[in-house]
Amino acid sequence: MRPALKITLTRRYRFAASHRLHRPIFSESENARIYGKCSNPYGHGHNYVMEVTVAGAVDPATGMIANLGELDPYVEREVIDAFDHKYLNEEVSEFAEVVPTAENICREIYRRLKPFPAAKVERVRVEETNNNSFEFDATTQGERL
Amino acid sequence: MERPLVRGEDAMIRVTRKIEFSAAHFYHNPNFSEAENRRVFGKCANTHGHGHNYVLEVTVAGEPDPATGMVLDLKELKDILQREVGDRMDHRHLNFEVPELAGQIPTCENIAAAIWKLLEPKITRGRLDRVRLYESPDLFADCTAAESNGARA
Repeated sequence: MRPALKITLTRRYRFAASHRLHRPIFSESENARIYGKCSNPYGHGHNYVMEVTVAGAVDPATGMIANLGELDPYVEREVIDAFDHKYLNEEVSEFAEVVPTAENICREIYRRLKPFPAAKVERVRVEETNNNSFEFDATTQGERL
Repeated sequence: MERPLVRGEDAMIRVTRKIEFSAAHFYHNPNFSEAENRRVFGKCANTHGHGHNYVLEVTVAGEPDPATGMVLDLKELKDILQREVGDRMDHRHLNFEVPELAGQIPTCENIAAAIWKLLEPKITRGRLDRVRLYESPDLFADCTAAESNGARA
């Protein structure tokens, strides 16, 4: 017997935001040593690309795991509106204490998207630049953040 | 240098080959009213159809043959993809011309699953690991065997 198939759907979104990697509990020289140029006090920015993967049964009536007509506005409302053209450290309350590395941005995006009602959000992948990317996979992390 | 090409039994390698095809489709469920079709499927419900340049990535997993250093001959995989997918779907209307999609809404999810079912029995060296179908650079569906859940991203 052939194994059952697993199907996922992945959508890519974009937002541009600035951040600064700096922790007040570290001395200035420690911040400089750990975060390098990223701890510049004025901050800097990236064109982030975010991949959101949803999993679940394909509804035979629609042929879809999730209707993009529902997923897109949800992501727009929960993430894009909050992050796009913002200074993450000061304008996203979750990053007031948590340093907004791309790793933490991944986790925060997953936290915000996890309640999406129509399908299971399984993976969030963030490209900070063309050369680096970060991934939170709920199937291997057991949804632990 | 005479070194074995494969040393451990766990030297599993994934090989991926890409093929592109262009096709037309639209979304319409005959059990829905016209208003419902428009509400659920939006612009995709236009029964004149529209098209995409699909990009298909097919991944085969296996241990390289020590004699050739290959999981499978990529030329052979290319021919399989051309025969099973290219010849069936390229420059076709997915709603009307592809029997494997008959009675289904030709979404990215359903096309990826149909492609998996076409390819899976044809891969005789290694095993089909993943079918990834891009409908656009910003939307793709992945199809894998269910027991490999969590084994890969």
